[in-house]
Amino acid sequence: MRPRRAKSKLESSFRTPLWHRIAERAIAVLALAAIAAIALIFIFIAREAVPMLWEAEFAEEVQIRDLFFAKEWKGYDEPVFVWQPVGEPAKFNVMPLFVGSLKVTLLAMLMSIPLGVGCAMFIALYAPRAVREVVKPAIELLAGIPSVVLGFFALMVIASWAQATFGFHFRLNAVVAAIGLALTIVPVIFTISEDAIQAVPNTLTEAALALGARKYQVALRIVVPAALPGIAAGVVLGFGRAIGETMIVLMASGNAAIMELFDFTTIVRTVTATIAAELGEVAQGDPHWRVLFLLGVMLFAVTFVLNILGDVIIQRLQKRLTASS
Amino acid sequence: MSESQKAVAEARNDVKMETRNVNIFYGANQAIRDVDLDITDRSVTALIGPSGCGKSTYLRALNRMNDTIHSCRVEGRILLDGENIYDRGVDPVEVRRRVGMVFQKSNPFPKSIFDNVAFGLRIGGEKDKDVIAQRVEESLKGAALWDEVKDRLQSSALGLSGGQQQRLCIARCLAVWPEVILMDEPASALDPLATAKIEELIRELRERYTIVIVTHSMQQAARVSDFTAFFYMGELVEYGKTDMMFTRPTKKRTEEYISGRFG
Repeated sequence: MRPRRAKSKLESSFRTPLWHRIAERAIAVLALAAIAAIALIFIFIAREAVPMLWEAEFAEEVQIRDLFFAKEWKGYDEPVFVWQPVGEPAKFNVMPLFVGSLKVTLLAMLMSIPLGVGCAMFIALYAPRAVREVVKPAIELLAGIPSVVLGFFALMVIASWAQATFGFHFRLNAVVAAIGLALTIVPVIFTISEDAIQAVPNTLTEAALALGARKYQVALRIVVPAALPGIAAGVVLGFGRAIGETMIVLMASGNAAIMELFDFTTIVRTVTATIAAELGEVAQGDPHWRVLFLLGVMLFAVTFVLNILGDVIIQRLQKRLTASS
Repeated sequence: MSESQKAVAEARNDVKMETRNVNIFYGANQAIRDVDLDITDRSVTALIGPSGCGKSTYLRALNRMNDTIHSCRVEGRILLDGENIYDRGVDPVEVRRRVGMVFQKSNPFPKSIFDNVAFGLRIGGEKDKDVIAQRVEESLKGAALWDEVKDRLQSSALGLSGGQQQRLCIARCLAVWPEVILMDEPASALDPLATAKIEELIRELRERYTIVIVTHSMQQAARVSDFTAFFYMGELVEYGKTDMMFTRPTKKRTEEYISGRFG
């Protein structure tokens, strides 16, 4: 006789085994925990900034409008953007800081993208294997150098070299900080781009070669376009790293909050450096404290939005490569 | 010129590619041993043999595709219209413009159908849009694909079926006006219907091109080829007219293989 399994009415015999269900749930919980962590970080930062909207102590000292717009302070003959938290009265205008951050980041990206992608193309497509085996780990090692060391290097070596070469008026400026920053971003862009280029199927390369393509034509017309989503991902990640980097810009940018949009040779002060330098010095709950957290919230939001934008672009590119419509 | 010399000269006119004492190595392993083979102009030559016999390696030597494999070394002479393509100073790119290749797995570029076919022309320096458009149409017609894709030339080539993709790869190859087309098991990943279309196409293309095809299927070799070369363990065992090879092979190995006793 066939052994018969006792079945309850609830337990269908087609159910997924119990431990599969447990494992799936566990994985879901872990994934949610990562998302929850990000959400909680945002909430806790925002919680320190938001009370500025109703606190009497804050309203006495600062007007919300002055955080973003130029104001003609006593002793000035025109409206200005100023960040002077210890001045009398204290002036908290965030614009010079964001201008500083964006200037340094933009400049660093302008240097890093061609360098990182070009280097990845050379290593993946042209370099002999022996060169590749030395250069790739070496560049990746660069990513592992503590940023304080790179900051020191930028402050001491790059700054002097740049001043001697380009004749900068200020020894520390946006250009020097951007060069230092580029040292940390190039490895990010390089590694991810190189992997993306390597991942392009060899069959495409062979097809192009068999049609009489030269090596550079294969690289520029087939391999790089096919690797573009991966390269874009590297750029997005590099951007996130650049705008969030603190130590190098703190050490090498000169740190004066000057509102100057287009001159890259002036001293700058970034959002991150401001938070790092000032947060330890202010009393908890002080208006200054609240504004610093506001900076954090805004930085978080900018990074978040740019990351999503990057993702959308990457997906668009991906779609173009696999579209079957 | 004596009669016999004339006959030789005429015969030579018929030969598109000659390979003499070809040895191919992967590092220390020898994949091809002393192959002498003539490939007749405007005909289909099939290379058959069991897996690993070196037929694909040999095929890839005919347009210097093996150059891309680091450890691969080719010795001997391979002549295209009497010129050694392995001579020093020969640019492999120029060789590949005359000797095209279609691969086992269809490998269209992730671009539009039009751009796929136009690729070879554009990299060859063709700028004239009308010339390109005309050649694309001609090539797609030549590959028996035009009617199926003429209304969606700008859509992605990856949206085509497997058989259409392979015919697109053939069209892409035709567009650069090659003299010889190498095909490495072009139908092995396709269903019987798509395979039949490719085979029909090969028979049509024979009128204008010299075709060398590697195939696993002996029926296919019998159906499409004029000449057959049987490879075994890196050596050319037997070469002859296809109908002779399949009815009266002279070597025991050949007979055993085509009667399905091994391979």
